[in-house]
Amino acid sequence: MTDIDEAIARAHREEWARVVATLARRFGDLDIAEEMAAEAFAAAVERWPADGVPPNPGGWLTTTAHRKAIDRLRREVRRAEKHKEALMLSDTPEPLGAIDDDRLRLVFTCCHPALAMEVRVALTLRMVGGLTVPEIARAFLVQETAMGQRITRAKAKIKAARIPYRVPSRADLPARITGVLAVLFLIFNEGYLASDPDKGAVRGDLTAEAIRLARLICALMPADGEVAGLLALMLLTEARRAARVSASGELVALDEQDRGAWDRSRIAEGHALVRTRLAAGQAPGRYQILAAINAVHTDARDVRDTDWSQIVALYDQLVRLDPSPIVRLNRAIAVAELDGPEVALAQVDGLPLAGYHAFHATRASLLRRLGRSKESRAAYDRAIDLSGNTAETAYLIRRRDQLAGP
Amino acid sequence: MVQYLMSVLTDTPDLSTPAEQAAIDVFNEQLQADGYWVFAGGLASPGTATVVDGRDGEPVFTDGPYVESKEYLIGFWIVNAPDLDAALRLAAAGSKSCNRRVELRPFLAND
Repeated sequence: MTDIDEAIARAHREEWARVVATLARRFGDLDIAEEMAAEAFAAAVERWPADGVPPNPGGWLTTTAHRKAIDRLRREVRRAEKHKEALMLSDTPEPLGAIDDDRLRLVFTCCHPALAMEVRVALTLRMVGGLTVPEIARAFLVQETAMGQRITRAKAKIKAARIPYRVPSRADLPARITGVLAVLFLIFNEGYLASDPDKGAVRGDLTAEAIRLARLICALMPADGEVAGLLALMLLTEARRAARVSASGELVALDEQDRGAWDRSRIAEGHALVRTRLAAGQAPGRYQILAAINAVHTDARDVRDTDWSQIVALYDQLVRLDPSPIVRLNRAIAVAELDGPEVALAQVDGLPLAGYHAFHATRASLLRRLGRSKESRAAYDRAIDLSGNTAETAYLIRRRDQLAGP
Repeated sequence: MVQYLMSVLTDTPDLSTPAEQAAIDVFNEQLQADGYWVFAGGLASPGTATVVDGRDGEPVFTDGPYVESKEYLIGFWIVNAPDLDAALRLAAAGSKSCNRRVELRPFLAND
């Protein structure tokens, strides 16, 4: 990669959302914003190698996109003879400072609750993340045309139904932030544990993108604890990625992972975020609690050093916020380490999770530890049937086949 | 300002209860006081509908609704709202007042 290529790639990473967001506000139209941002980057690819990288790439891109948008609107206006719109357009540059708010507006628009979750995900990756439609389609194993239509329909709905381009009012903000974080977490999880067997176990492009978006939103809303919590949770999870799948493509459980392969810099960053949240002294939300649980795990040099009582205490906190069966299942896994598999199994058995692979995998593991091989084998069989992830299936099959004969 | 259609959906032939009707009246008065109100009305059951096709020669009349479905339109509001967030709040309050689901849909903008 040449210096120019690198400068263009960096500008794309750092400036795409800013250019789209600024244009979306100026022209009140996501379509124009997206297309003109793409044209401005195409112009950069064409011009920067000859003219050199401008001193302020973001400013250059925004100005270029803005001019292209005005040219296009003027052409359309001439065609449609709509003088009214032409009069409203001007070349005056925007004052600095409003720009960050534009990116936030863009995020909240793309993650609006009136849009279906899959639509929010696609729109956020395109508009805020700057991924191309083919890239998003590949990441979610959807046909390119179908993904293109999904995004086009979303933009049409935003326009026709007047989904507002603004940061929600204070009263709506907590619920809407939760919605934004759910989109980011879904993108992350889709990359981390692909549910489709053909997609491969881990798709680092999506986890990296989710972390990048979380960093952006964290920078835009530094006072929000849950945003920081989600970023910390993603960093601490991502830090273990290399150790999580073996060379043969099998999932490696936490207790068997090579902790030397964990990414220390991500862990340090995640721990720092968790410490900052603890120091803030506010009641933590679920992402902050999950981040704290992961901080305890990544704090232990060996699985035997893990502070399980701390982890169970954090799960108790989480159960109070979210008493769902999946949270109680995860709590029981920690209880097994603290109070033994028998106590844990009693808690797991009553949970209404018969269709969930992790429920059966957990039961299988607890039954194995209790020496109840036959029941354990049946539970592994059930978990293998329900698991859609190749790496996880390979792990479950190995564990099942290690069981003593029936 | 955009106009939105708030369609009230139901899956029972039962008319609204007196309590629901009272809540709807309160909601309507609030819509009018806040300047959102355009129009509203309740509809007779789908069985009373006639589909009319006047496109070609003599009009053809067909007894019954154009589509039979478990859930159907039983009433509607038309409101003026500045954007979808405002309209969603109105639709949520409307749904609560009549105790039924509401479909919110923008009118085509004429600008």
